[in-house]
Amino acid sequence: MILYTGAGTQSGALNALVRGLAGCFRRQELYVALTIVALCTTVQLRSGQFLSMNNVVDIIVSMIVPAMFGLCALIVIVSGGIDVSFTAVASLSMFATTKILLSTGYNGSVFWAFAMSALLGLILGAVNGAIIAFFNLPTLIVTLGTQGVFMGILQGALNAQEIADVPQAIFDFGNSRLFVATNPTSGLSSNLSSSVLILIGLILVTFFLLRYTIWGRGVYAIGGDAAAAVRAGFPVKWIKFSIYCLVGLIAGIAGLTRVCMMQNCQPTNLIGMELLVIASVVLGGVSITGGSGTITGMLFGTALITIMSNSLLLLGIRSYWQNFFTGLLIIVGTGISALQLVASHKRLPRIMDT
Amino acid sequence: MLEHRKTRVRSPLGNAPAVTRHQRDWGIALMESTDNRYILRATGIRKSFGGVQALKGVSLEIGKAEIHCLAGENGCGKSTLIKIISGVHAMDAGELELDGVRYSKITPLESIVHGVQVIYQDLSVFPNLTVKENIAISSEVASRRRLVSWRRVRKIAEEAARMVELSADLNSIVGQLSVAEKQQVAISRALINDARLIIMDEPTTALTRREVQTLFRIIKRLQSQGIAILFVSHKLDEVFEISERFTILRNGENVITDDTSRLNSEDFTFYMTGRRFEKSRFEANPTGARPILEVKDLGLKNGFTEVSFSVYAGEIVGITGLLGSGRTELAQALFGIRRADQGSIYVDGREVKISSAMQAMACGIGYVPEDRLTEGLFLTQPIGTNIIISKIDQLTGLLGLIDEARVSGEISRWVERLAIHTTDPGRPAQTLSGGNQQRVVLAKWMSRDMKVLILNGPTMGVDIGSKHDIHEILKSLARTGLGIIVISDDLPEVLSLCSRILVMKSGRLSGTLEPRNVSERELAEICVGG
Repeated sequence: MILYTGAGTQSGALNALVRGLAGCFRRQELYVALTIVALCTTVQLRSGQFLSMNNVVDIIVSMIVPAMFGLCALIVIVSGGIDVSFTAVASLSMFATTKILLSTGYNGSVFWAFAMSALLGLILGAVNGAIIAFFNLPTLIVTLGTQGVFMGILQGALNAQEIADVPQAIFDFGNSRLFVATNPTSGLSSNLSSSVLILIGLILVTFFLLRYTIWGRGVYAIGGDAAAAVRAGFPVKWIKFSIYCLVGLIAGIAGLTRVCMMQNCQPTNLIGMELLVIASVVLGGVSITGGSGTITGMLFGTALITIMSNSLLLLGIRSYWQNFFTGLLIIVGTGISALQLVASHKRLPRIMDT
Repeated sequence: MLEHRKTRVRSPLGNAPAVTRHQRDWGIALMESTDNRYILRATGIRKSFGGVQALKGVSLEIGKAEIHCLAGENGCGKSTLIKIISGVHAMDAGELELDGVRYSKITPLESIVHGVQVIYQDLSVFPNLTVKENIAISSEVASRRRLVSWRRVRKIAEEAARMVELSADLNSIVGQLSVAEKQQVAISRALINDARLIIMDEPTTALTRREVQTLFRIIKRLQSQGIAILFVSHKLDEVFEISERFTILRNGENVITDDTSRLNSEDFTFYMTGRRFEKSRFEANPTGARPILEVKDLGLKNGFTEVSFSVYAGEIVGITGLLGSGRTELAQALFGIRRADQGSIYVDGREVKISSAMQAMACGIGYVPEDRLTEGLFLTQPIGTNIIISKIDQLTGLLGLIDEARVSGEISRWVERLAIHTTDPGRPAQTLSGGNQQRVVLAKWMSRDMKVLILNGPTMGVDIGSKHDIHEILKSLARTGLGIIVISDDLPEVLSLCSRILVMKSGRLSGTLEPRNVSERELAEICVGG
């Protein structure tokens, strides 16, 4: 078969590939992907260290928790809301879980530790969901409020301090790795943490939910036009409620993943990450007004932000400049798509050729 | 509900109506059929909202596969009646008979199960989803599925799209389609829900004439498939063209139900408004030796080219043409929303450069846009604020602060002069009816001393009575020495309102006409043909 492939079919295949790429990636996603490639090439040329195996592994590992939070932000933003409490949910769930496991002297499987943190996250998410769905309050205000409440419980009621000695199961899981990548020139090595499997699992489940369930299409429908969603027969209140339950559950898992990877339990340092997560999701082409966005885009956005801070380190740029460049990236990245929208409105249809 | 599902009752009658899929799914018992000719019979429907009687015992009968027109001015109770039939509002009194089954109250689901589908004015489509998903999603939800099969979605959408000749790609995003295409998507969606009666709430408001013709073709085709249509409209020519029978409501009461063949235009207007209008033409009294506005060889890339005309004070000049003929672009160029790239504009004989709305206003040119709802008003702001907003800079007192007394004086002056129906100008503009909103937009411009006022589709979506009132206002404004340009594809309007008509075609002015020398049919032919 391959022997007989003529030039015509080859260009046909090329066309199909281009069309396929254009079809797979929406415009914003394509731009982000190209920016990532450009950034990687630049840093590689300047430092020669970027494409080393251990650096790639480092980047993947540092994307794990942000990408999990990215899923949280994606689901909520697609439904037309905005959630700033998922890091607080994660902090409270993971801290409570670690504390309970320690005080009971738990020495079973890490699975139950995740299950517990996920359940706690789900309960906290349900609080958000109940207020938002049944009292019909604005999501930003509600989650700003619950973020404060959750952090208050964490720092006040639980009197949270850093826990350096985490339960054995969590410690072991944090140590486990899929493989070690060593850089032959520098001799540095990096571990690909097993936590990446949890991320992959969450991505697959979320993808399935959003793409292949009526519930998931309801999330998009509500984000597009909530009134029309009611008329189409979607159980809008229930979907809204369950969105925040699911987001709480994912946040709970993300929180414990963080504990495993750091091998200590720092109650407050996740806070503040939510805005960067939301920014990277929007950078990945997820519409801030709701109704559109993909997991691929979210991953691209997260990757770009992560690679950005990683490469600035490699180029020897001081860390406080990272905030500057990340901010710039967000403005330019989201600004370009906004400008295109304006431009497409201004363009006149051709009418003279009748 | 569960019990219902188990006991499936068969109609005892031999000529039972066909069982729809939803009837099967939900096991709705088909009871005795009293009269098989009607899909819908509503009798003595009453409904009040907070003491206001919206419907005072209204009746409506629609035969199977009949195209029935429901007409009436805004606020006559049309929308309330539709919402009662579709189960959104509960009726206070009266009876609804769907396909022979009597209801004294009905839920939205029961209504859907009987095949009643409403296509609302806003179409209720999801702008962010694809065409195929928009078409198939509600039936997927209604049949209580949990998982989406994209193959099934595609199949359902393809079938429905064939029935309405949907030209749009099933994979395109609905937000990028034209209004007509969105409407076809909404109709397709109604069809796959086993529609037997499709209610269309003013479906032609945002359509061009050609699109209306396509819609009518679709409606006729649906009829041939046994689907009844309730067509809500207040446009006479449409009622004549499409419907077999009509019902007119006024102030929540039946005025008349009859065969359309026995209806004429004067009676129609009378039934709608309860008023008789003289058929009149506007005779202009141009004043001044030189034109108040003159345009020479104006051009805009991809918009229009070599447009020259002049407007004298006291004239109402109509610019008409098909959608895409460049008429809207011309208006926008005169007001600086788009910048013309050729030619020149003179106001009062002085050449002016207009590249922004601010400059146009400074020259004394005002513009009332096509879509008054999104472009002309701050809907959530008070009516009064909307009226004075364009001259707020002139209503200041000491230290440049806003002089409240002058502001409220100005507001009440315009509310009175333009007869805006409101109890309190402090209420948001969105609480007004369409016609009154239009008057607020007019007031907003007239409160600045304008020389030329450009109106784009001034009575689109406005009912006959208000339309007449707006025309009278415009005529009296012209008599006070204002130059008015009306852009409209409503030919009867152009003929009765304007003193001169310019026809645009493919971006060029193709002719100037005197309304008294041309009939509506001739004008239509000039717009379309060579």
